[in-house]
Amino acid sequence: MNRYDVIVVGAGHNGLTSAAFLAKAGLKVLVLERNPWIGGAAVSRALHPGWIYSNCSYVCSLLRPEIYRSLDLARHGLQIAPYGGGLTFTRDGDFIGGYADKDVRRREYARHHARDADAYLRYSRDTMRQCRFIRSLLMRTPPDPTSFRLRDLREMLHLGREFAKLGETTMGETLRFYSMSIADYLAEYFESDIVKAHHAGSGIIGTALGVHSPGTAYVLLHHYMGDVDGQMGSWGFARGGMGAVSKSIAGALQSFGGEIRVDAPVARILVRHGQVGGVVLQNGDECYADVVVSSLDPKRTFLRLMEPGDLSPDLVRKAREFKSRGSSGKVNIALDGLPSFPALGRGHPLIAGDMHFLDTLERFERAYDDWKAGTWSKDPYLDLLIPSMTDPTMAPPGKHFMSVFVQYVPHQIGGRDWTEADRAAFRETVFDQIARYSPDFRKLVLHAEVRTPHELDQEVGLTEGNIFQGELTFDQLFFNRPFPGYAQYRGPVRGLWLCGSATHPGGGVMAAPGANAAREILRDLRRPSPVPEGWSDD
Amino acid sequence: MTDPGTIVIVGGGHNGLVCAASLARAGRKVLVLEAADQVGGAAVTREFSPGFRVSSGAHLLHALDPVVERTLKLASHGLAFARTGLNTVALGAGDPLILNGAQVLAGEVSATDRLALAQYVSRQRRYAALLARQHGRIPSRLGAGFSVIRLFGGGANNRITENPAPMPWSLAKFAFDLRRLGRADMRELLRVGTMPLYDLLEDRFENAQLKGALALDGVLGARLGPRSGQTFFTSLQRAGAYGLPRGGMGTVTGALAIAARAAGAEIRVSSPVASIRVATREDGGEHVTGVVLESGEEIAAVTVVSNADPKTTFLKLLGARHLDAEFVRRVQHFRTEGCAAKLHLALDGVPQFRGVPSAQLGERVIIAPDLGYIEAAFNPAKYREFSPAPVLEITVPSLHDPGLAPPGKQVLSAVVQYAPCDLAGGWDAGRPRFLAATLDVLTRYAPGLRAQILDAELLTPVDLEREFRITGGHWHHGELALDQFMMLRPVQGAAQYATPLEGLFLCGAGSHPGGGVMGSAGRNAARVVLAGRRT
Repeated sequence: MNRYDVIVVGAGHNGLTSAAFLAKAGLKVLVLERNPWIGGAAVSRALHPGWIYSNCSYVCSLLRPEIYRSLDLARHGLQIAPYGGGLTFTRDGDFIGGYADKDVRRREYARHHARDADAYLRYSRDTMRQCRFIRSLLMRTPPDPTSFRLRDLREMLHLGREFAKLGETTMGETLRFYSMSIADYLAEYFESDIVKAHHAGSGIIGTALGVHSPGTAYVLLHHYMGDVDGQMGSWGFARGGMGAVSKSIAGALQSFGGEIRVDAPVARILVRHGQVGGVVLQNGDECYADVVVSSLDPKRTFLRLMEPGDLSPDLVRKAREFKSRGSSGKVNIALDGLPSFPALGRGHPLIAGDMHFLDTLERFERAYDDWKAGTWSKDPYLDLLIPSMTDPTMAPPGKHFMSVFVQYVPHQIGGRDWTEADRAAFRETVFDQIARYSPDFRKLVLHAEVRTPHELDQEVGLTEGNIFQGELTFDQLFFNRPFPGYAQYRGPVRGLWLCGSATHPGGGVMAAPGANAAREILRDLRRPSPVPEGWSDD
Repeated sequence: MTDPGTIVIVGGGHNGLVCAASLARAGRKVLVLEAADQVGGAAVTREFSPGFRVSSGAHLLHALDPVVERTLKLASHGLAFARTGLNTVALGAGDPLILNGAQVLAGEVSATDRLALAQYVSRQRRYAALLARQHGRIPSRLGAGFSVIRLFGGGANNRITENPAPMPWSLAKFAFDLRRLGRADMRELLRVGTMPLYDLLEDRFENAQLKGALALDGVLGARLGPRSGQTFFTSLQRAGAYGLPRGGMGTVTGALAIAARAAGAEIRVSSPVASIRVATREDGGEHVTGVVLESGEEIAAVTVVSNADPKTTFLKLLGARHLDAEFVRRVQHFRTEGCAAKLHLALDGVPQFRGVPSAQLGERVIIAPDLGYIEAAFNPAKYREFSPAPVLEITVPSLHDPGLAPPGKQVLSAVVQYAPCDLAGGWDAGRPRFLAATLDVLTRYAPGLRAQILDAELLTPVDLEREFRITGGHWHHGELALDQFMMLRPVQGAAQYATPLEGLFLCGAGSHPGGGVMGSAGRNAARVVLAGRRT
């Protein structure tokens, strides 16, 4: 029988999470995935014999611990090992180390700028305070601020109280924080270029904004509000690559009786009399369910998988206007050995951490200007990691996998598609940046996979290649995500739901959107919910 | 020796004058001390070249507080308009686009765009009206809950305030006002409030010139480009109709001065204040005792209201030593980097902008041909460089107000962006180069202009800083961004016109509701002062 209680479209980590919770609640769940592999952008791909690439997302921090525990992901194979800190190289042959240990970091900052070392504690404290506030919102459904329904008024009151608990000064600081640019925010603590630059990357990753753009201080939180083993703000590697995250959630799903079908692209969502009836696959097969949950972005969900007649013109317009401009790329590299970084010296622990190469805010902003002008940044921001230093399963012994995230990379070059020549030139820009700090890097390259927003769109299904499945600006966040009036996971047609990163709380490998959606669906079905709510203070 | 009960107002800018008039009308003794030889601050008329007069700061009036205008009877004190409801003439590669509010008076604009424009402007006006209703309200303090003590005024810190409503109440009122606009409007404002104008305009409109014209409203006076967030919000500050006061902006402040004097206030010009005097009480608390002029003259007063910008007030006139470190830090972070310059040209005749009918030459002419142009003009400002191809807002006020120039001659006044106040290399070197770049752009649209120029003056932000004594040359006294708005303006602890120092108040554009020639800040500050305890 092709009849289920719930059909989930897309086996990205959020789709799998929704499915797992719904299956845990006793529903008969089917997940349909277009690709031969599952995971969406949390995948491990064997693209070069002997290597495993986390070829989209590459590090883990934001996976909600409540979900980790509730789905028992450790039992299904998920192991996350934290890596300790990162660094930024300076053009004069030095570097600044962002060590995980606060005292070591202070000494390191003091090496560059004494006052900034002192300011770091204040910065850390204030930023963490913002993290704590936002964490309390991640696993809750946003209220509708225009509604007089009891649940919305109650949620607004709850938010008001949480906010008021911050006290007058912090309330003001929080309002300012959400409105400011990361450059202005950093300027309130630090004086030196290098310290500011070391912290600035977190404000612009995956965005269509520059360090001087208002709203980028907020993005910082997406990179600090997670934790690994309870240490807030730290990041780690999933053993076996990011695919282990998706695989473990899939394992949980299957342990509850859920089903996953790959190589099963959905062509259309069936709608009959204002109610979803199921889906039609591209090969013509039909699967039926009264609940269809799409983990795809609103553009694909509403503009590709549904007929315009099933939707109001207003909704169609909102879907068209939803912003998901891609601004990031990736180069995934198989290395024949460990490259040397003379500025670091042999055996330096930070070679296992994240490495960056932009040492002034001006370079960041000019990189953004290039993207606005329709090309990739000629002096790009790179977030470079060698996961195999921590996780030996990613590469053969003695060899390495290098993951290079690149900001800014446009979805199209000056309005036209990427050509092979563009791709090669882009790769060279990235290699040039790395080679400037690692003279033996190039000769160690055995294989390189070049990814632009185009690949993210075509292969992963992220429209225009935005890594967060929709930009993280306030007009598309919280009660506006993906659009005002549709921010509670419920779709415009009865039985249709959204659960991807294009819903609250947004992108990053968090699984929170998927969990929140499951909670709403179960509430709608009046079934007991095993989905954790709110934030547990570790 | 003045009566210490006198209220001293430092600075005779338009807000200071409104404050003075309001306090005087309530029976208080008021003394306004203005450093320049005429009142008005940045809302003045000055002869920049023999026989040629210009509004040397703000040059278009669009937000004058109607309550101020009415209660101070400014019309009876000489305020009149040479022209109201100016059209916007948007120059471009082809024919100009001529707009007035939601109407397209000339230009190739599609029916879809016309409809979109009507909806856009109508919505903007509703939101602007909602915000305008907050102008006359003293911002609530964050954290001011429903405390009985607060409701009846006073409290342990003896801070003198006319009690703004408790925070939850004023928030609820605002939300209710917003909700009354209708659910769709409320949702849309919550969505677009922080959006970049670029994104919104690209979604709604096709015509590039139209988009450029609308985007300019979001960036004039700001250090932002169309792709910067919050530009929709800043555009709401300019949703009013544009007017030219007869005699230049100085007529407005002239009328305010007359109103103040008529109510009994004393105004002294050429009296720059050097510092604010402070004394310590027995209990250790500090309070204002008066001001000291640059001449050395001391004037006793227990209440001082400063029309100067917050940085000047706290850091220069008062001194950081009288404030706690956290407050000083906040004031230092108040963003005040001006980015707009002012161009004044004395012309031998009417400038002929290509394609602009002669009847429209006296309107508000803008050079912001499309979004990309404006963004390209903005980019260099981030790196402390000026725009090689600037954007301009131009008026030739003498066309409607012939008294501003000798017979047959004209005055041109333009706001030019972007001119970062912290220009790399300094403005002494930069001024002639920026002037050249500006004239290059102007002559592209008015080819015969160069031959008509009799005299030219370019006031860069450092010039504006010097001339109007405003930190950073910023005409709003500080960026009008959401994090520097309402109960956060200029900083927490001084956002309700009172300051941490007993007896010292703020009344300028650095307080709610911000800049533009409005007068609301002066009016609100007066209310706060009047509600305080008498000494």
